[in-house]
Amino acid sequence: MKVKIYVTHKKGILDPQGKTVETALLSLGYKNISGVKIEKYIELEIDGKSKEEAEKQVKKMCDELLSNPIIEQYRFEVEQ
Amino acid sequence: MKFGVIVFPGSNCDHDCYDVIKKVVKQPVSYLWHTTTKLDTFDCIILPGGFSYGDYLRCGAIARFAKVMDALKKFAEDKNKLVIGICNGFQILCEAGLLPGALQRNKNMHFICKHVNLKVENNHTSFSKKYKKGQVLRIPIAHGEGNYTCDKKTLAELKKNKQIVFTYYKNNPNGSMANIAGICNKQRNVLGMMPHPERASEAILGSEDGLLLFKSIESALNIRH
Repeated sequence: MKVKIYVTHKKGILDPQGKTVETALLSLGYKNISGVKIEKYIELEIDGKSKEEAEKQVKKMCDELLSNPIIEQYRFEVEQ
Repeated sequence: MKFGVIVFPGSNCDHDCYDVIKKVVKQPVSYLWHTTTKLDTFDCIILPGGFSYGDYLRCGAIARFAKVMDALKKFAEDKNKLVIGICNGFQILCEAGLLPGALQRNKNMHFICKHVNLKVENNHTSFSKKYKKGQVLRIPIAHGEGNYTCDKKTLAELKKNKQIVFTYYKNNPNGSMANIAGICNKQRNVLGMMPHPERASEAILGSEDGLLLFKSIESALNIRH
């Protein structure tokens, strides 16, 4: 199964990369853009009996290593 | 009294720390590879600056799972033992949960390497007892992710328990909350700070303001022995 994990800044946490890219886009003349955010995208393959089991495992991975709950949140998709 | 400097793959301030303890403070010190599991013969452990595991994923996120970290957690439970994390060491201590909060990207996105002014907020710790409260120190920083962040509740607790040991004075270089440059745990035996006292412990390096931090540790450990 293929797993796609997206790690993003929590609401209210500064995203300096997003802000910098937003400023760059505005200075290039894209005046109608706002809310630029830069996310982390992690992809992995997982062997498991069921999708549910894989989801449980991925959640554990995200809590343990892949995200820092103080500043980040995550979402993921498991594709069969 | 014995100091240990943990070496992770990618640590690069380990030699500076070792040198200051050995040649300036003149106390016994050893390097400790990240696979070490025995820390009981040591009194103070230093987590040096650098880029452990290439700063991959998040700074300190991989180092936190090094073998030595379980031993370090046990070590830190004893309030008579001291742990100091400098720069990447601070990031590792936060990731490991030995200190609250997290260090995120500097507000202006730049890697900043320069001397800054620090203010001593609390001199009632084993790491700062030789300073005067309110004393302003000139110590260099060198980091891209030093922007200290935590939730409101944690910040209120840090203030209430006087866990904020050092703040940036007048100019905050990285956007950290409450101008935080260094904090300790509630038990006051674990300190994390972004500035590098080991780079400011000899006159030839332009500042000796960091030396009193190591002298404070020496004095605190001397009293206990």
